[in-house]
Amino acid sequence: MDFSEEQIQRYSRHILLSDVGVEGQEKISNGKVLIVGAGGLGAPIALYLAAAGVGTIGIIDGDVVDLSNLQRQVIHFTPDVDKPKVISAKEKINLINPDVKVITYQKLFTAENAFDIIKDYDFIVDGTDNFPVKFLINDACVLAKKPFSHGGILRFEGQTLTYKPGTTCYRCLFHSPPPPNAVPTCSQAGVLGAIAGMLGTIQAAEVLKYLTGVGDLLTNRLLTFNAKTMEFRTITATPTDTCPVCGNHPTVTTLVDYEQATCELKR
Amino acid sequence: MSTIKVNGKDQILDSEITISELLAINNVAQPEMVSIQINGNFISKDTYASFIVKNGDEVDFLYFMGGGQTNLY
Repeated sequence: MDFSEEQIQRYSRHILLSDVGVEGQEKISNGKVLIVGAGGLGAPIALYLAAAGVGTIGIIDGDVVDLSNLQRQVIHFTPDVDKPKVISAKEKINLINPDVKVITYQKLFTAENAFDIIKDYDFIVDGTDNFPVKFLINDACVLAKKPFSHGGILRFEGQTLTYKPGTTCYRCLFHSPPPPNAVPTCSQAGVLGAIAGMLGTIQAAEVLKYLTGVGDLLTNRLLTFNAKTMEFRTITATPTDTCPVCGNHPTVTTLVDYEQATCELKR
Repeated sequence: MSTIKVNGKDQILDSEITISELLAINNVAQPEMVSIQINGNFISKDTYASFIVKNGDEVDFLYFMGGGQTNLY
């Protein structure tokens, strides 16, 4: 790939990094990344990957922008309320960086479409808010041998793990989705907006590390942090023999859509 | 008396106790929302009531984290 003068200037702070250089920027520019969810995590992930010049960014989300999203979903602006999130996200990505090809999927990520969608991408990022889709992303990526980044946030805490074929997967850590009757009560939920930015930018950095081959990924390690104390921990976790999808005797061999419970916000 | 580490921090116990008891001591209201690793090995939820935490064990509670929205699960 030959970069134009303008592109050399745009990506100069990457190119100046000795670990990245023109070669690394080419890898970023040739990269194809799917972001599942254009919400709290998906927003900073998409903004940073767009700015970095990731060549193709796919975004899947079936929702429209709600006023309550704007507290943390920084890719959506006040005039975007009621607009499909994927459209709102695409508009901002194009404004930040016209080099990026954006592919939008205004739908849910399901057991039916998962394999067909992820097959075109080098890396998948979990930016979702619910466990059924987190398990679906894991299972689809493990079965299709695709790398992905898991991200979860709750209240003042965040966690993230990067998967590459052969490393610890989400099910090695969390065997199966929590039972629907085990969900936290509404008063226990919620999230500090900036936490989504903290975690999403860590996930975006993992994507760029994966594409460029720089550094050590968060594989076989779960990073957790608590913003109340600003303590970060990395827990080493090796692949589990008894993992239902990547273990020695897998029981998960096809994709399933788990039941999703919801909780209405009290006013 | 035994000393263990829970999420990297020392915790002193009067006696050796089960994982279920440890969860209760640490005010974990919903054990089903926690995955537990002891000395790097994941422990099956079925054995929480009988698995004894021993002196020197390093215990990690890993919590399920979604997206923090009203759509909780």
